[in-house]
Parts: sequence; C-alpha cells; structure tokens
Amino acid sequence: MAMKWLALVAVVFTGALLIYGVSDFPDWGSADSPANGGIEGAGRSVSQTFIQETKPLTHVPNMVTAVLADYRGYDTMFETVVVFAAGMAIFAVLRVLKTVDGQHSRVIRDRSVDGDHQRIIVGTTCKILIPVIQMFALYVVAHGHHSPGGGFQGGVILGASFILLGLSDGMETAMERLSEGKFVAMAAIGVLIYAGIGLLSQFVGRDFLDYGALQPLLGTPDEGWARSHAMLGVEVGVTFTVTAIMFAIYVNLASKGELKGGL
Amino acid sequence: MVDFIEIFVERVVHFIENVVQPHFNYWSYVVLMMIGLWGLIAKRNLIKKLIGLSIFQTAIILFYVSLGVKADATIPVFDYEAEKSKSAAVVLPAEPSEMGGKSDGKYKKIDPDHYANPLPHVLMLTAIVVGVATLGVALAVAQSIFKDFGTLEEHEILEKIKTGDYVKHD
Repeated sequence: MAMKWLALVAVVFTGALLIYGVSDFPDWGSADSPANGGIEGAGRSVSQTFIQETKPLTHVPNMVTAVLADYRGYDTMFETVVVFAAGMAIFAVLRVLKTVDGQHSRVIRDRSVDGDHQRIIVGTTCKILIPVIQMFALYVVAHGHHSPGGGFQGGVILGASFILLGLSDGMETAMERLSEGKFVAMAAIGVLIYAGIGLLSQFVGRDFLDYGALQPLLGTPDEGWARSHAMLGVEVGVTFTVTAIMFAIYVNLASKGELKGGL
Repeated sequence: MVDFIEIFVERVVHFIENVVQPHFNYWSYVVLMMIGLWGLIAKRNLIKKLIGLSIFQTAIILFYVSLGVKADATIPVFDYEAEKSKSAAVVLPAEPSEMGGKSDGKYKKIDPDHYANPLPHVLMLTAIVVGVATLGVALAVAQSIFKDFGTLEEHEILEKIKTGDYVKHD
C-alpha cells in the first residue's frame, strides 16, 4: 500500500513538472512553431521542404507517402524489419511444435451449423463482409499515393479480414486460406521486395533505395515517375509483411502457439 | 473590494486566454501520459501494465500529431483545386493523368502553411504499427509466463520464483 502512495506522489510530481514545462511550447495550431515554420534565419524547415518539393520531385500528391517511402525509405525499411522480427519473436516464444495428437490443451468447439445457431448469423455476415474488407484494403494500398493510405494501413486492414475469418468461422478455416508456411513466407517476401527494390537501384549505379535510378528500367518519362512507381512497389512489400505478421500474432496468441482450436 | 475582484477576474481571463487556451492539448496529453505511467508503476498485474504502456504510447502519438497541426491548413495531400485557383501566374501542376512533363521550378509557389506538417504523421504512422507488433510480443511473453507460473500477478510470480513452484523447462 505504501508503494502505491509513493507511485502516486511520483506520478503527480512528474505530471506537474511536465505541465509546468509545457507552457514554453508553441501554441496549438501555430504555423510558426519550430517544427512547422523552421527557425528564423535558417531557411526552410525540413517539413516545408517536404511540402514544396515532394510533388515536383516524385509526382506523388500524398506527401506522407512520399516522405515515408522515399525520403525516409531507409527508416521505413527497418520498421518493416522490426514488424517481421516481432512476428518471429512471437513464433519463438509461443509456438508449440510437438503436440501429441488428441491432447490439445483447448477443447475444439463444435462448429457445425447444428451445434451453434449463432454461428449462422455471424458466419453469413462475415462471409459478405470479408471480401469487401479485402477489396477496401487493396484500394487503401493502391490509392496511397493520392489519398491517406499506404502499405501499413492496407496491410493492417487485410490482416484484420483474415482475423475476422478466424473469429467467425474457426481458426482452421482461416488457416486453410493462409497456412503457417504461407504467412511466414509472405512476411519474408515483403521485406525482400522492399530490400530488393533498394538493391536494384544500387545495382543500376546509384545509392541504396534511390528509386530515381530505376527510370531506364521502368521506362518512365522522368525520374519522378520512376520514384512514384517504385514507391508503390515498396508499399506492396510493406503490405505483405504487415498482413502476414498481424495474422501470425492473432493465431499464435489465440491458440497458445498450437495453431489449433483458437478462440 | 470591488476593484480587487475585478483585477482578479481580469487576471484569470488573461491566464485562460494566454496560458490555458494555447496549451490545453499538451495538458491533456500529460494527463493521459501520467495515467499510463500510473498503470506501469502502480499496477501489479502484467496485463494492466501493458495497458498502461499502450496508454503512454498513445499520449506520445497524440502529442506528435498535434505538433503538426496548423490553423486553417488542410491534410498533407496536394490540393489540386486550391493550387489551380491560386493565381494565373503560377504554372499549373501536371494532373496525374498526363504522365511526365518537366516540372522544375513550377511548384515554388506552394504555400507550406496551406498543408499540415507531414513529418509527424510519417513518424507516428510507423510507430503505431510497430507498437502493435511489439505489443503482440509483450502479450506472447505474458502468455508464456502464465503457462509456467499460472498467474500474471507480479508479487505472486516473485514468490513462486523464490519457492521454485513453477514449470521448469530443461
């Protein structure tokens, strides 16, 4: 109990210090704050440069996508690697490889139509919803250049559609569509697509992830369009990894690493 | 006495207008962050600690996104309509349908204050997905602990480590 009071004092003290410090911060919505407007006399800030130059240099109207996949391409590549590594870590921690047949720690529920009337409503609704969700996920990925969206968002939506299938129709049904071998391969392929596009531009003679070098290969009118197309390729790689890892996290956590039964 | 109340009210209004109003967003993130910190250090259940960690992370994400807000700005997606109607002297940007065309110097007139800052959005976009993935790892570890110890209460786990009352792996 004494520890809780100590914790409360620490939390209130830290909060008070932070609120005191916050009074020096730029006003809400200020365009002149150091993050938005740069420092007086130091020229354009990084964000102003991004806003003014992404469209002419990459032909991508969505600045967030352009900064994510091109200017900060190296960072995003390793974010993808982190997601991949997280999936592998869950595999290492939870996956039970040796199970004696018929001795699962969880009872596999009767999922036949007669056994569970609620399943009809949930199953039918999800059967209609899942294709729409997947189409929307692909739209989010493909339209990431022109509207909010991209590989991470689309990948999470696509992964969620498989999770919904697992929740509504049983994990076995979902695993039939996306088996363990498939999703582990998918996660690795996603990272390989990303790194491969980076390496390709290096082989052409420019820097790693300098997509402008791909212009002769893609046959685009200028380097900006080569960047735009390469970004789409990179986003597809991210989608592969994120989809696979989101589903991998769900199936491993829901079945205690046995990949059977599930919730 | 009346003067005293008037001065007091004036000062309170001044304080609200100049200190509270421009900074209320940071205050709410500080409160959210402290709720997360409280969950992290005061709760004994490992799942509650993870919830605290997630709330803490949410506060930081909101803080970053709020740094990119500009008054009267639109989302950081190139605004064709606004750029067209701005002035006839500015060379219009190529529509996405017309592939190609040299564009050097055409866009120098883009007003940075018309768009929200894209950089915090980029940073937080990846942070959210990586946050979900690492939360998955944390839940997996918690599940693995539960398998071996049969509990998620911190003090019970410490007790069981002392007495050796848990599933040991070779």
